[in-house]
Amino acid sequence: MTQLYYEDVNVGDDVSPLSKNATSQQLVKYAGASGDYYQIHYDDGFARNNGLPGIIIHGALKNAFLGQLVTDWMGPHGQLKKLSVSYRAMDIPNEDLVCSGTVTDKRVEDGVGIVECEIALHNGAGKATTPGKAIVSLPMWGRTKQ
Amino acid sequence: MPDESVISNEMRAHLDVESDPITYDVEKGAVIKFAQAIGDSNPLFQDETAARNGPYGVIVAPPTFLRSLIAGEAKSEFPRPFPNNLDGGSEYEFFQPIRVGDRITVTKAIVELTERQGRLGTMLFTTAETRYVNQLGQLAATQRTTGISYATPVEEE
Repeated sequence: MTQLYYEDVNVGDDVSPLSKNATSQQLVKYAGASGDYYQIHYDDGFARNNGLPGIIIHGALKNAFLGQLVTDWMGPHGQLKKLSVSYRAMDIPNEDLVCSGTVTDKRVEDGVGIVECEIALHNGAGKATTPGKAIVSLPMWGRTKQ
Repeated sequence: MPDESVISNEMRAHLDVESDPITYDVEKGAVIKFAQAIGDSNPLFQDETAARNGPYGVIVAPPTFLRSLIAGEAKSEFPRPFPNNLDGGSEYEFFQPIRVGDRITVTKAIVELTERQGRLGTMLFTTAETRYVNQLGQLAATQRTTGISYATPVEEE
């Protein structure tokens, strides 16, 4: 894994995008791993009876994809400080989803390099169904210990 | 229009009342299984050798693993005013890594009730905060989740 440094990052830079495609099998695995057994995520008849077009992806799984977007990008010595998402629209399995982001701010606070990003998960049609924000701290090249 | 608020005193009585704490062991197998379920191959979350040489010295959990450490039931059931509910969003703050071998105590409370008029008629926004405290007594993370309760069913477009 490559390490990203504070000095490498500029406002307006892209967060390296992450592609995902959640199969129904992945939704079942996520239900088991997370303990969220709500049937709208794996029982098609149940989902339709609840007025949905079919099974839908767990919001928390989309949140996990956006978490991975940021942890992959920042590298092992980066630290995720804050991760927020809002669920604006539902997403369905077997679509090519793209998580992406843009750096919106960088600053040094108490000797720590802080970077803020706007992030979003986009559905197969390119619509941002799940926008959010992330704040990370990144290691610094030029840091002088006092 | 001076409509009556849907936020009742009975609802307000739930504010800041914490659920009974539940303590979880962060197990290696559960962390690896979670990383695999979300399709995240980051070695820090599953490879003991890589993790040993990494910044934490041990496998750590992916950030949203905390979602699997489910809080206990509220002391009494929150009286939802409307039949329809949506998950509005989530906001995590992380203060300490979650390491394999940690013991995490989870509590949850409703912290904010807001009423709004919108596309779905009157909507009640319920914000809950879940707190994750490790075995050293450090607040490791918080998650704020917003539920939206509304009367009008969503129309198919």
